[in-house]
Amino acid sequence: MSRLAQRFAALRRAGRRALVPYVTAGDPEPAATVGLMHDMVAAGADILELGVPFSDPMADGPVIQRASERALAHGVSLRGVLSMVRDFRHDDPDTPVVLMGYLNPVETMGYEAFARAAAEAGVDGVLTVDLPPEEAGPLLAALDGGGIDPVFLLAPTTSDERTRQVAAVARGFVYYVSLKGVTGAGHLDVDAVRRRVEHLRTLVDLPVGVGFGIRDAASAAAVGAFADAVVVGSAVVSRIEQHAGDPAAARAAVAELVGELRAALDGLPAAAAVRQAADT
Amino acid sequence: MLETKQPAPEAVAGLPDERGHFGPYGGLFVAETLMGPLAELRAAWEHYLADAQFQRELEEELRDYVGRPSPLYHARRWSEQVGGARLWLKREDLNHTGAHKVNNTVGQALLARRMGKTRIIAETGAGQHGVATATVAARLGLECVVYMGAEDMERQAINVYRMKLLGAEVVPVTSGSRTLKDALNEAMRDWVTNVDDTFYIIGTVAGPHPYPAMVRDFQAVIGREARAQILDKTGRLPDALVACVGGGSNAMGLFHPFLADEGVALYGVEAAGRGLETGAHAAPLCAGRPGVLHGNRTYLMEDADGQILHTHSISAGLDYPGVGPEHAWLKDTGRARYVAVTDDEALAAFHTLTRVEGIMPALESAHALAWAETLARELGPGAEIIVNLSGRGDKDIHTVAAHEGIAL
Ligand SMILES: Cc1ncc(COP(=O)(O)O)c(C=O)c1O
Repeated sequence: MSRLAQRFAALRRAGRRALVPYVTAGDPEPAATVGLMHDMVAAGADILELGVPFSDPMADGPVIQRASERALAHGVSLRGVLSMVRDFRHDDPDTPVVLMGYLNPVETMGYEAFARAAAEAGVDGVLTVDLPPEEAGPLLAALDGGGIDPVFLLAPTTSDERTRQVAAVARGFVYYVSLKGVTGAGHLDVDAVRRRVEHLRTLVDLPVGVGFGIRDAASAAAVGAFADAVVVGSAVVSRIEQHAGDPAAARAAVAELVGELRAALDGLPAAAAVRQAADT
Repeated sequence: MLETKQPAPEAVAGLPDERGHFGPYGGLFVAETLMGPLAELRAAWEHYLADAQFQRELEEELRDYVGRPSPLYHARRWSEQVGGARLWLKREDLNHTGAHKVNNTVGQALLARRMGKTRIIAETGAGQHGVATATVAARLGLECVVYMGAEDMERQAINVYRMKLLGAEVVPVTSGSRTLKDALNEAMRDWVTNVDDTFYIIGTVAGPHPYPAMVRDFQAVIGREARAQILDKTGRLPDALVACVGGGSNAMGLFHPFLADEGVALYGVEAAGRGLETGAHAAPLCAGRPGVLHGNRTYLMEDADGQILHTHSISAGLDYPGVGPEHAWLKDTGRARYVAVTDDEALAAFHTLTRVEGIMPALESAHALAWAETLARELGPGAEIIVNLSGRGDKDIHTVAAHEGIAL
């Protein structure tokens, strides 16, 4: 069983939802990332999503765009990101790490070389934003060889037929994009998301994470009431940006936010009970 | 004679395939949210492609609003001065709004209206596509938002004002390199957010399927007319076609109806900027390598880590690090050849055509003119060359003056 699957199984047994904070690797500077990752775990993160900076982050809003630009200004490359994961793994053999990024850096490195290096570094999942299942065959084969879970997005515009196609190739969990928009958008409709997630459960056996638009403890708790995982990106990256000149302060601010999110999720009734209520 | 390198016609004809591929290029590389809307667009485009009433309406618009057919003009004095092949200009500069861009925006806007969309968005580099989009939006009473790199807004201030006069909102894009590629990113972000009521009019043969094929089909009117016109005037097919390549829409529009005519050589001219060897250029086919950007796999200008590079060209319309995927395939198959022309060579051709023919070309088109001079000498008398004069140069006079140290 992959580290992601194990983690979700353990959370389910404990009746908890996964808290999945996102940071862009190398933001505000490369030396800060591994420490940030450990801090987030200490503050209550269950799974880490690590953004691979790209020059043209088409699906990201301004906050994560600027994080990418800060990281790229330090010359952070995909290989650099993998070595950060390797450093993190040295002290944390358990917390799953999912890379989130765009296809071109992976394509430039080569699928096989990437999958091998990512597996060696201790990467557990790869979410390639601009790679739908239709085009994913060769990368899927390479990731499979490395034992890495391919994570895919589902969107409000995804038909049932496509959802089944995505479910057939996804591993670890599926990531439901809670709104039509880019990361960091601010128009989350929690009731609509709840209905969609409940519907997705009839089509997908994997855990369902929800992200895009979750910005604070209140929205995390609202979404955590029905999702298996809550992904928080721009809100975390905003804290880093506010302290971009002072990495120690950035780490403290991120830990504080992750702690708040954890407390909000832990205040919820057990997930199993919620699931049962939804089934009846 | 040496073995010819021409591919079998079927290698390049009838593409893309079902999923938008031209050989290994093209395809659909977008975030999941856009997969549904792109499927809807593909269905609408395929439907109206075969819809006689839609096609009739499009023809009428192209004739009465755009002013088609555009003439095929024998540039006598220029041909004589160059000394070689006969040079013909396909006069897309005479279209309403002054460039080929409007052929595509008229088509896509009609499609948008049929699909019930009320809001149009576009990206623009030189501003020509933005102006052509704002124009048809005004014509059809649709809301229009144009994304433009902040740097391009400075160097194309007149087109910015034109778009505003036409009622469009022009949004400056300050991310990344603040040019065309970033404007495209921003337009995609708008589309993903407002996809219910918004139609995204991409201005060239790039982007995710079906855009490369759809824009090509709307621009192919250039080649269809040119083919009939040259047959009418000379009784035979030309020896070569020459067109500049930014994203590649004017070139593909001219080339496509000739793809099966194996005797017609196809030349795409990229921007060599300050010289390919300096790195300050916009020539992905000549000096880049395949990768994935803006929804398709194609040749790109990228660094060793797969990050997209900044580009340079004196002409904002060619200042783009990618190129339409069908061009990538035409290059690999050898059906078309791609060359590059520097800023200075393009400027020289700009002046030549202005002085010798009284036609002021767009700086984009001037790249094609510069290469056509070389080719005309190479092919010599008796040969016929069609050059796509993709746009007129009024928009560029400030750039030309500034380059020559003249303050207007
Ligand atoms: C006059 C003119 N020619 C050519 C181009 C380049 O675009 P494409 O390669 O898609 O024809 C532009 C783009 O703005 C243009 O304005």
